[in-house]
Amino acid sequence: MQKKNQTQKKKDYQKYVEQKAPKPKYVRNCIWAFLVGGAICTIGQFVHNNVEDLLGLTHLAATNVTTLVMIGLGAFFTGIGVYDKLGKLAGAGSIVPITGFANSIVSPAMEFKREGFVFGVAARMFNLAGPVLVYGITSSVIVGLIYYLIYN
Amino acid sequence: MAVKRLGAQTIKFLNPPAIISTGSIVGPKEGQGPLADYFDAIIQDDLYGQDSWEMAESKLIREAVTKAVDKAELKIADIEFMFGGDLLNQLMSSSFAARDLQVPFLGLYGACSTMTESLSMAAMMIDGGFADRVVAATSSHFSSAERQFRFPLELGNQRALTASWTVTGSGAAILSHSKGGPFVTHATIGKIIDYGIIDANNMGAAMAPAAADTICTHFDDTGLQPSDYDLIITGDLGVYGKEIAVDLLNKKGYDAAANFSDCGIEIFDQKKQDTHAGGSGCGCSAVVFCGYLYQEMQLKNIRRLLLVSTGALFSPTSSQQGESIPSIAHAVTIEI
Repeated sequence: MQKKNQTQKKKDYQKYVEQKAPKPKYVRNCIWAFLVGGAICTIGQFVHNNVEDLLGLTHLAATNVTTLVMIGLGAFFTGIGVYDKLGKLAGAGSIVPITGFANSIVSPAMEFKREGFVFGVAARMFNLAGPVLVYGITSSVIVGLIYYLIYN
Repeated sequence: MAVKRLGAQTIKFLNPPAIISTGSIVGPKEGQGPLADYFDAIIQDDLYGQDSWEMAESKLIREAVTKAVDKAELKIADIEFMFGGDLLNQLMSSSFAARDLQVPFLGLYGACSTMTESLSMAAMMIDGGFADRVVAATSSHFSSAERQFRFPLELGNQRALTASWTVTGSGAAILSHSKGGPFVTHATIGKIIDYGIIDANNMGAAMAPAAADTICTHFDDTGLQPSDYDLIITGDLGVYGKEIAVDLLNKKGYDAAANFSDCGIEIFDQKKQDTHAGGSGCGCSAVVFCGYLYQEMQLKNIRRLLLVSTGALFSPTSSQQGESIPSIAHAVTIEI
């Protein structure tokens, strides 16, 4: 009985805390995410259009080059300490594009450099991006298999 | 017989030890805050000329202790024991500082409550006649805490509105017998309280019940009232945690709203410095007490103070395993 009272008391407290907590400014955050995320994608499209024409690449090869360029840009802006400020403003707008993926790999690599290049940089590099890779690759294989089974 | 024990959880010092000197040193962001003038030193480079954040934090403790010793016109060798702690695994900063200082060392971990934990222990040692000069010191560093508990500094994520900002800084207080105060007269040792808060971005809410429990027990044990104090100040509940603590105290029949504050709210300008809920960390209550409050007490602007450092006793492991956040608060009465 006493234990039940305790759980109820905790539940009441948690509900009370939720009411006390401030609400994020959803509209403002969404607008920033839209603008910054949109701008990053526009830059990506600009790069794509230009490398296709300039280097005379096929559409698919140009996509790969664009990915490389965007990852390079994400890493560069993380290195000079700009991407974290952009992320604070844009939230998902700068996390979701591939530049955000670069940021999630470069930032722990920088952070743990003091622990050496093996156990620091290399071992910690995929701290945050690791789960994305594991589940991203796994699900792409599964989807690929399903596609193969259905259409063959 | 325990003649110095009072009520359930309180110790009343029969020969109240005096805090004869303090030292405080803070990082650049704290140096732009409203309490900047009260600190002994403000470092401009948060690596402090070291190779890592951890060693920078260790140097902060070393310097805070040295400052306190210098101000008391003593030498490091005159300090008989040191109580110290920080937030890092295996108390890295304080034990490395104690290695360099070569003072007999007792390491304490109470998360952000360590300042009042070390003050209580140091006071007991002096009052008990085990030593004549003891130093209590704690530290925290924004960057070393971020890498241990949260995310890399350069990661582009958004901080929660209820999250707090770990204070870079260290405070040290030397306790001894002396005719001049301020004196440590009571210490109330807290119990661990857990109301099932899981969100590590809302530590104020996790710690507020612990603070309210310790403060309430302190009043019950000593027979004192909130109005007997010029200031009741918690460690790092932040804006939202402080509101909750005042509410909880009200429910227990103590109206403390008039003279209640929080070190985490005092140290930063919440609007200009973008710190969200306020400052936190072992260094928060340490520098606010050793810098600001100690000087205000010497000027007799505050005559009786209840310092209640609050600690969230979670770790990255407990938090990843989905456990709730156990919290603790210790209260120390300081009078002049």
